[in-house]
Amino acid sequence: MQSEVMFAGFGGQGILLSGKILAQTAMDQGFEVAWVPSYGPEMRGGTAYCTVVISDEPIGSPIIKNPAHLVAMNRPSLEKFAGIVKPKGVILINASLIPIRSGRDDIDELIVQTTEIASEIGNIRAANIVALASFIARSRIVDFDIFRECVKKEFSKKPKLIPLNMKAVDKGKLAANFDV
Amino acid sequence: MAKVLMKGNEAIGEAAIRAGCLNYFAYPITPQSEVAEYLAKRMPEVGGMFLQGESEVAVGYMLFGASACGERVFTTSSSPGISLMSEAISYIAAAQCPVVFVNIMRGGPGLGGILPSQADYSQSVKGGGHGDYKLLVMAPASVQEAVEMVTEAFVLAEKYRNPVMILGDGLIGQMMEPVEFPEKVAAKPSDKSEWATTGMDTRKSDKRNLVKTLFLDPEELNRHNLMLKEKYKKMEAEEVRYSTYNTDGDYKAVIASYGTMSRVCKTAIDMLKKEGIEVCMIRPQTLFPFPEVAIRKAVEKKSCKLAISIEMNMGQMVEDIQRSVSGIVPVKWYGKCGGEIPTPEETAEAVKKYLNNEE
Repeated sequence: MQSEVMFAGFGGQGILLSGKILAQTAMDQGFEVAWVPSYGPEMRGGTAYCTVVISDEPIGSPIIKNPAHLVAMNRPSLEKFAGIVKPKGVILINASLIPIRSGRDDIDELIVQTTEIASEIGNIRAANIVALASFIARSRIVDFDIFRECVKKEFSKKPKLIPLNMKAVDKGKLAANFDV
Repeated sequence: MAKVLMKGNEAIGEAAIRAGCLNYFAYPITPQSEVAEYLAKRMPEVGGMFLQGESEVAVGYMLFGASACGERVFTTSSSPGISLMSEAISYIAAAQCPVVFVNIMRGGPGLGGILPSQADYSQSVKGGGHGDYKLLVMAPASVQEAVEMVTEAFVLAEKYRNPVMILGDGLIGQMMEPVEFPEKVAAKPSDKSEWATTGMDTRKSDKRNLVKTLFLDPEELNRHNLMLKEKYKKMEAEEVRYSTYNTDGDYKAVIASYGTMSRVCKTAIDMLKKEGIEVCMIRPQTLFPFPEVAIRKAVEKKSCKLAISIEMNMGQMVEDIQRSVSGIVPVKWYGKCGGEIPTPEETAEAVKKYLNNEE
């Protein structure tokens, strides 16, 4: 079985880091993974996206035409990529910045106010972790407890940030269960 | 050692250290700059040296000098940077110095673009610099394979006293994958006392070693070049590496593809199989020496109608495949050369089109 997740948003929203934490989690769980960034002449505020491929066998093409899931952190990303997600996939919409919806009825639309949640717990920069936690809780693509450990590990060099990010993980998970 | 998740560029830097290379000279260029970033921090930790040259031209001669002194040394760059180094590469090959080069290719010609490409195939395989010389060229298709090839490259460079080029496309440098490093230094240092200018006090004999590339006597130069030719022939006999995919059945076409593109082809072959279309792949892991025999044998199967070179350039490998198949089947090309990597769907479609035209 292979699954792919595309993360997309503005540069500076922590898109590449979200993808990296998911890839690390999947690897720790024993899956084969590939993290493929869009690298181009980008700048802060420009577009950023990456794809994480997770599989239980060696990964062939790391280049994916239709990802299984999408985490859209800004409006241009949703407009650009909503149409390419495979049916039955999860599309997470960062409702703090995106006033529209995917327009698809064959996918599982997950709407999360990531910025509001992150600012409630004390730092809007944790919005990407809120989104990632929500996405993982809903899609069950990896084990949630292993994911929690990976977030801790990611911030092990900045231990001050761990409590904040643990809150982000918990709130994100809640948002996945109670979205409207 | 446990697996770690690493970017190709960083893994290449770490692999060089694990292979016992403590000298790294380079100049930053996208998409390989992370190697320099990583080693700027890592080399001092292990007592090694990273020196950023004032240009790739300078870097080329730093490599030449250090290698002539018997030091294990390597560099990384991307396409335009390798062009600047090409003069030095010719000197290094002529002087028979073992140096490892890594080219994380971007689109060309000129400044081109910074996205993945395989447009330096001919530059690496057929020359690049002036004169009759060959590089041993390796093409990794994953981060793990890049690590393994870096280790092997140092061994081969010293075995043949010849520069080795690791040719990776931009994605190999930029992608993160799980990697496992060898526990111990896998590349034992070779005995360089016969040729390297290490200083007389380090050697038992009182013979002076001289590293040079100037041979004004035509007979001497002829002898020197024939000796190099023997070396390249030995590489062709002993160092061809390739892998195969789906070669068991009655396939209709043989794909030859390397690097990231070969992984796309693998998925495309699986897709075609589901439609009942059998296609196989020979993936050269060394581009020089080229797996001629393997490709020829693959196209000799009765069901096989054609060979297709699939690469991210305008078909630079086509002539090597033609040489290998010597007219048994036609050789086609599919690929893109602007930095975009074809998807498995597009690749499968292109293969189908060629097969339909053949029937």
